[in-house]
Amino acid sequence: MTGSSGARGPKLTQTTAVLAMCAALIVVFSIFLNGFLTLGNLFALARNISILGILALGMAVVVIGRGLDLSQVASFAASTAIAIILMNSGYATPVALFIGFVMAIAIGFLNGFLISVIEMPPLLTTLASSLAVLGVVRTTAVQHYVVYLSKGHDEFLRLGGNVWGGVPISILIFAATAVVVHLFLSRTVIGRFVYAHGDNPDAARQTGLPTRPLTMIEYALCAAIGYIGGVVMVAQTALMHLQVAESTIIFDVIMVVVLGGVSLVGGRGNVMSVIAGTLLIGVLLNGMTIMDMDVQTQNIVKGIVLLIAILLDSRLHPRDEETSKQGD
Amino acid sequence: MKSLQRAWHRHSPQLFLGELLEKRWMEPIIPFTLTIAVFLAFAVMIPRYLTAGSLQELMRNFAEQGMVAVAMAFSVLSGGIDLSVGAVFAMSNFLALYLYLIIGLPLPVTFVLVVLFGAVMGAINGGLIAYGKTRPFLTTLVVLIIVRAAYNKVTVAFTNELASIDSGSSTWDFMGSGRVLGIPFNMLVLILLAVGTHFFLTRIKPGVHIMAVGSSRKAARHAGVNVKRVLFSAYVMSGAISALAGILYAARQSSSGTDTGVGWEINALAAVVLGGISLAGGRGTIARAVMGAAIIFMLTSGMVRLGISGNLTTAIIGIILLLAVGFNVKWVKNKGKVLQKVYVTPSWVDFEPPPSVERGSGTPFAENDRLKNAEAIALNMIEGPEDIILDRRDNLYTVNRNGSIIRFLAPDYTVREEFARIGGRPLGLAFDRDQNLLVCIAGMGVYGVKPDRSVFKVTDRTTRTRTRLKDDSRLYLADDLDVAPDGRIYFSEASTRYELTDWALDGFEGRGNGRLICHDPKTGTTRTVLKNLTFPNGICISHDGQSVLWASTWLCQINRYWIAGPKAGTSEVLIDNLPGYCDNINRASDGKYWLAFVGLRTPVYDLAMRNPVFRTRMVKQIPPDEWLCPGINYGCVVKFDDNGVVTESLWDPGGLSHPTITSVREHKGYLYIGGLENNRIGRVHLQDADPTWEAHKSYWGGA
Repeated sequence: MTGSSGARGPKLTQTTAVLAMCAALIVVFSIFLNGFLTLGNLFALARNISILGILALGMAVVVIGRGLDLSQVASFAASTAIAIILMNSGYATPVALFIGFVMAIAIGFLNGFLISVIEMPPLLTTLASSLAVLGVVRTTAVQHYVVYLSKGHDEFLRLGGNVWGGVPISILIFAATAVVVHLFLSRTVIGRFVYAHGDNPDAARQTGLPTRPLTMIEYALCAAIGYIGGVVMVAQTALMHLQVAESTIIFDVIMVVVLGGVSLVGGRGNVMSVIAGTLLIGVLLNGMTIMDMDVQTQNIVKGIVLLIAILLDSRLHPRDEETSKQGD
Repeated sequence: MKSLQRAWHRHSPQLFLGELLEKRWMEPIIPFTLTIAVFLAFAVMIPRYLTAGSLQELMRNFAEQGMVAVAMAFSVLSGGIDLSVGAVFAMSNFLALYLYLIIGLPLPVTFVLVVLFGAVMGAINGGLIAYGKTRPFLTTLVVLIIVRAAYNKVTVAFTNELASIDSGSSTWDFMGSGRVLGIPFNMLVLILLAVGTHFFLTRIKPGVHIMAVGSSRKAARHAGVNVKRVLFSAYVMSGAISALAGILYAARQSSSGTDTGVGWEINALAAVVLGGISLAGGRGTIARAVMGAAIIFMLTSGMVRLGISGNLTTAIIGIILLLAVGFNVKWVKNKGKVLQKVYVTPSWVDFEPPPSVERGSGTPFAENDRLKNAEAIALNMIEGPEDIILDRRDNLYTVNRNGSIIRFLAPDYTVREEFARIGGRPLGLAFDRDQNLLVCIAGMGVYGVKPDRSVFKVTDRTTRTRTRLKDDSRLYLADDLDVAPDGRIYFSEASTRYELTDWALDGFEGRGNGRLICHDPKTGTTRTVLKNLTFPNGICISHDGQSVLWASTWLCQINRYWIAGPKAGTSEVLIDNLPGYCDNINRASDGKYWLAFVGLRTPVYDLAMRNPVFRTRMVKQIPPDEWLCPGINYGCVVKFDDNGVVTESLWDPGGLSHPTITSVREHKGYLYIGGLENNRIGRVHLQDADPTWEAHKSYWGGA
């Protein structure tokens, strides 16, 4: 898909292996779980994974560029909360959404600036910036954890609904985003630069790629795509719960990205990997929900799966520990 | 006005600043000041902050956070990070309560089991990171999620039991609320832990290995450190320390809430970074982690007491973390540059116009061709013979750039052998009465080689200057030496501020950075005789043995220091305003002295020496290869007598074969020439010299 994927075996096998695992899981769940293989559940599954998938698409852009953005959830939570407040106070919906969008992009650019120009480790930077963004938004604009969208925005809420007798619009948005991100990564110059940047940042810089602006673009895109996911989330629930930023969604996102084969060493994977990872995690989460596991147990299971994924990733794509930087 | 300026340049505060920045204890000065400042600020803002009760309460609440920061410091110093400390802490808190108060295990058993739990959690982290080669950040983050989720499950499951627990024994209560000498028990544990871990990391092998792996994994591996095991142990320690904090917290609070330990890993990380522990690993101390933790703790608790909302506190912690990491990254990257810009502090040197060196000018310095046809010995067999000396059997000894003493055998000096290998950069040579070859070694001190070729150390330290920030007790740049009749060794240390490779920077300073030092082999003591000398270079005991002649390179002076006779202990300028930069001085056969000129003065450089501001700008603003340097592409040797009169000079015009001459030795009617950068030793026949004279006889008599 990315031009070079045919030449390198492991990537392709990882994506297909994940898809195969996913299929196996679906078969197992269909046999052993009552109510898994129903149209209603499958639509519910689609609804649930679409947000995760959109977020993972954004994260993939950063991870392919050898970064990681832990502030993605905080940034979309904060900016959609602001957008909701603006909508409630009478701004036209597109204007309010646009202002939130600009805010998300600004946070992404700030992350990229700190990482590329100040040269701070990405993980720490985004961890700290998510704290800072949430704290500032909570003290200045949002009084409570939960921000409700007031009545009278039915047009907007339709985004969270269904069409054609039950197909959730959110999965369509996911599909559209996936196509756009795929075209961006594989057909545009900047997209190819992102791969070059992640594959070997030093070589990219010495070849003359503008790695600093590139880093800022990557993080801004991640935040922007994350914001789309946040908007879909608001459309589905008519509220934004700021505690989402303190939940483990961000790890679900990383898990999706890493499991699918977008390696943390950068430069590997593509949109197909993200879709495969999303399906696997979506099915897993859905199955666990049907099994009536509580959130904590789900977290434990997810954590163990993620640990295995990281371990496998470092086996399949070893990095040079002796030169690797702190914060990886 | 001029003298004021001169005094300013001599005692510039920049000197102090440059040496201050070099001190290792300067690194934590920022967190240290910040700790004090935050404390004082809250003491002013919050009433009754300074009462004994309030302080005890602060310490009691702080101790566990401090310990978690120490745990975090372990992983960060090893070059990784451990985000699971907060969750492990919370889980240990629960386990301690459960095992001791609900199940009723004995306290020591509980203690061991809980610490073991922490160690096992650390082992999982360490196992994955060290042996599974996963990334520390993500790995410990996932372990954080898993342990946290498990903690939330069990606390919910045991809500009722935990609500009705009764504090157990008096020991348990003492752990929770006891005091020793007014210090809360848990604070005492933190202090002991901090001291213990500090010693562990700096003095004990496994601990030092953690620091080594953190500094450079590759270097550690090359040095034979088992990197994987060391990394593993660092995480195990981190987990165990977190568990210890959990036990103390359990004893103090006797409760296990949903928010216990939430976000503590972020606070600990912020503390460690704020304390100035480098995230690149290997740099920092436990004390700094505790200082950082104290700042974070005082900020958060103080803001609560001031009634500031928790959200703002979160934002402030996040912003502090960003600023601290950003500053840390930039500081580590640019510290060297800052130091270099601040360090070089030129002084004001006034020169008179020197005597003419023009050919035919009639002065003793007039250019001639007497060294032009010098015979080359050891051509291309030697690199940088800074000094040369001949023994009683006419063998020629010289120093080599690679740290060895090379001997060329008489009579034709074609056989080369490595006489001794010492290391460093050997410079000046001298024989003592027992024919031991003494040598000054830049970067090491003064060493000796016995005739049987065994190497021994003469001295490598002297008395420290108490009024100086910089520790100048170690010898930086021992340059040349000579032995007095009573066996005492006088040697020069050219600079206490620069390494040999930076001699040009010392020249730009033109400051009294050097010393004349005396070592007495009888007592084994070394003491500084004269200090604040401007690049003392050549050293020679006068023919009568009553004084030491020493050459100041940058001031172009020969000085005399009396060591015996009526003027003993006093010092005088013997020759001033020489036309060249003086290097080694050695005895000549006719009762006079040979002096090598390493370079010649030029009007431009003399002018520059009069303008310290210009030299400062030069060093700061243009690259080193464009600096205006002393002219060293000349070859000139002069002879002077005890009255300070220069009688003759020998030239290699243009320095074709002998530029940068640093040493000349006379031996049996020949003059041997060595240079700092040369690839040969020169030899010229002296027409009017005593063909039987040799230096060893001159020093130690015949036989």
